[in-house]
Amino acid sequence: MSNPNNVSQNIMHELEFIDGHALNIATLKVLDANGEIYPGAVEPDMDQDTALHLYRTMRFIRALDERMQAAQRQGRVSFYMQCLGEEAAITASAAALDKNDMIMAQYREQAALRYRGYTLEQFMNQMFSNELDPAKGRQMPIHYGSKALNYMTISSPLATQIPQATGYAYGQKIKHVDKDTNTLSSQIDNITMCYFGEGAASEGDFHAGLNMAAVLKAPVIFFARNNGYAISTPAEEQFAGDGIASRGVGYGIKTIRVDGTDALAVYAATKKAREICTMTGEPILVESIAYRVGAHSTSDDPSGYRSKQEEADNSETCPIKRFEGWLIKKQWVDLDAENKLDEQVREEILDALKVAEKVAKPELIDLITDVYDTPIPALTKQFDELEAHIKKHPDAYPTTAGRLK
Amino acid sequence: MAKVNMLKAINSALEISLNENPMACIFGEDVGVFGGVFRATSGLQEQFGKHRVFNTPLTEQGILGFANGLAAFGAPTIAEIQFADYIFPAFDQIVNESAKFRYRSGNEFNVGNLTIRTPYGGGIAGGLYHSQSPEAYFAHTPGLKIVVPRNPYEAKGLLRAAIKDQNPVIFFEPKRLYRASIGEVPEDDYIIPLGKAQVVKEGSDVTLLAWGAQMEIIEDAAKQAEESGISCEVIDLRSIIPWDVETIAKSVTKTGRLIVSHEAPITNGFGSEIAATIAEECFLHLESPIKRVCGLDTPYPLALEKEYIPDALKVLEAIKESVSF
Repeated sequence: MSNPNNVSQNIMHELEFIDGHALNIATLKVLDANGEIYPGAVEPDMDQDTALHLYRTMRFIRALDERMQAAQRQGRVSFYMQCLGEEAAITASAAALDKNDMIMAQYREQAALRYRGYTLEQFMNQMFSNELDPAKGRQMPIHYGSKALNYMTISSPLATQIPQATGYAYGQKIKHVDKDTNTLSSQIDNITMCYFGEGAASEGDFHAGLNMAAVLKAPVIFFARNNGYAISTPAEEQFAGDGIASRGVGYGIKTIRVDGTDALAVYAATKKAREICTMTGEPILVESIAYRVGAHSTSDDPSGYRSKQEEADNSETCPIKRFEGWLIKKQWVDLDAENKLDEQVREEILDALKVAEKVAKPELIDLITDVYDTPIPALTKQFDELEAHIKKHPDAYPTTAGRLK
Repeated sequence: MAKVNMLKAINSALEISLNENPMACIFGEDVGVFGGVFRATSGLQEQFGKHRVFNTPLTEQGILGFANGLAAFGAPTIAEIQFADYIFPAFDQIVNESAKFRYRSGNEFNVGNLTIRTPYGGGIAGGLYHSQSPEAYFAHTPGLKIVVPRNPYEAKGLLRAAIKDQNPVIFFEPKRLYRASIGEVPEDDYIIPLGKAQVVKEGSDVTLLAWGAQMEIIEDAAKQAEESGISCEVIDLRSIIPWDVETIAKSVTKTGRLIVSHEAPITNGFGSEIAATIAEECFLHLESPIKRVCGLDTPYPLALEKEYIPDALKVLEAIKESVSF
């Protein structure tokens, strides 16, 4: 648009408002509830290995979530968040990425991390904040992160990762930009995937992040997980527009809405979104529609804010069963073998949990490392004073006292 | 060596930084073709391209969110907030994200490449929202470094150090001195280490401590005090975090008296932290109570700016009270 106001220049002479829901956005569905491809839908090109890895990742996460929810109830771990109902949205979108693409998630995307190879031991070490946790036991359970797997460490404040994803993706683009024309001189090799919930999309950082990505052209996929709830607040008390997707159009961002319980729809949309990002250097907004079947976290009970009937009505389509139906029709899966694998996984989870909870907590020095690249003098002084105090009262600080030299 | 103003010195430090690394980027409101409302980034877009020196939409939280992401990617990242008064929409991104990026990930990721430049301070008839000195808010957040230069030479050397430092640094630029302060600045690259205060003038009766634009105020007061036969030791703190306790304590051990001065409101200003620490370090050497000459606990005024600011006369009175205690 080449006018100072940067607007389209259609003229009308009759006074008419655009309706707030004029877009009437459609939702992409590829697989029906029985695992059949809908008439008119295009089956995405997914090989058997990818399909099985996706399927096993979803089942693994279902098992991990069940076990850890129970472990929290037993008081063995302080906190947990399940992704019940959203396994396909997260796993299939991660499957459509390159492993070197950066993932900047909110907190419920453990399946994406698992898809990239995060081990059971790594999950457990983080959740038990022991000395083997790369983040040295500093964050509450489920705040995973891995440089090796290009998975940015989770931060509790909501939506902060959204403008950060724009900046990270901009960095991925710089080397592909021609200085004189400010256009792409080669195809972008890696992009950023940014996950967030429909509640987080109410934060100012959402607006800032999407607007900046559109204006500055950053190759990032904004993946909005609309699961109907932000803790107890239903989506109808969160926004009045047509979901999150309608906003993408407002920012001038190519947008699609997909059925988040349909692994193939999510995979196809994300694959195409990634292709557009790498070719144009521009962002894409994907809104996934699913239902948060479980609670927000182990700290809330959904019966306090929604009915059993609503839960039953919205939990009929299990995303894993739906995908499984497709695998069976393809004759790509031996269910008996998969069920045995699942039992084995459940045992391994318990074993790993028992190991991780016995691993020592981080040493005292990790209280002050990583605040700065090297501790500043004030911090060194504070540490020395603390250490002397603990040595004086070792019985009061059993976690660290025994290991002080 | 050429004599230049502080804006030229800052511009030179930015130019060197952009030349140093092809990934380095500078961005903020109006920093592109216009070169910033104060012209600190003048000519840089033309030289380095629109993809490395660019305007952002008008969103401070977005600028810092974007900056955190770009720095985490590994690019030297220089974000400008047009006035320090407008840094607060970015407060969450700075105190919860920049400051904690390394700690919360065990250094799997960090934003050590981040430098935030922002003009601060009064004396320009800017009223409430073009005059504030918000350094103390950020000094309460572990993980950040905070630097304030007093003249062009210091500005270039400290800004280069801030950009190269592998921690997020907030670089507060005294906007009152942007054009008013002129001095010799080498064209070549040089670094002034962070965390080291500088004794600007030696003296024996009382230690005067400030940073940034307030330095010329205390130097003026020191000169007037000398005329009354009071010998002042004048120190520029340079870095608010980390701050050089050793140099200040050594000086106060010698003089027995300390006056700290800053424009920001007195309550919970960084002067409070200095006074508490020096009282602890130098208790047996103190001849008089540590005094703070600071802004009042009001929003920054306009018509009554002259009354509000901790000017040389107020500092001089404090010096006299201190030595005659």
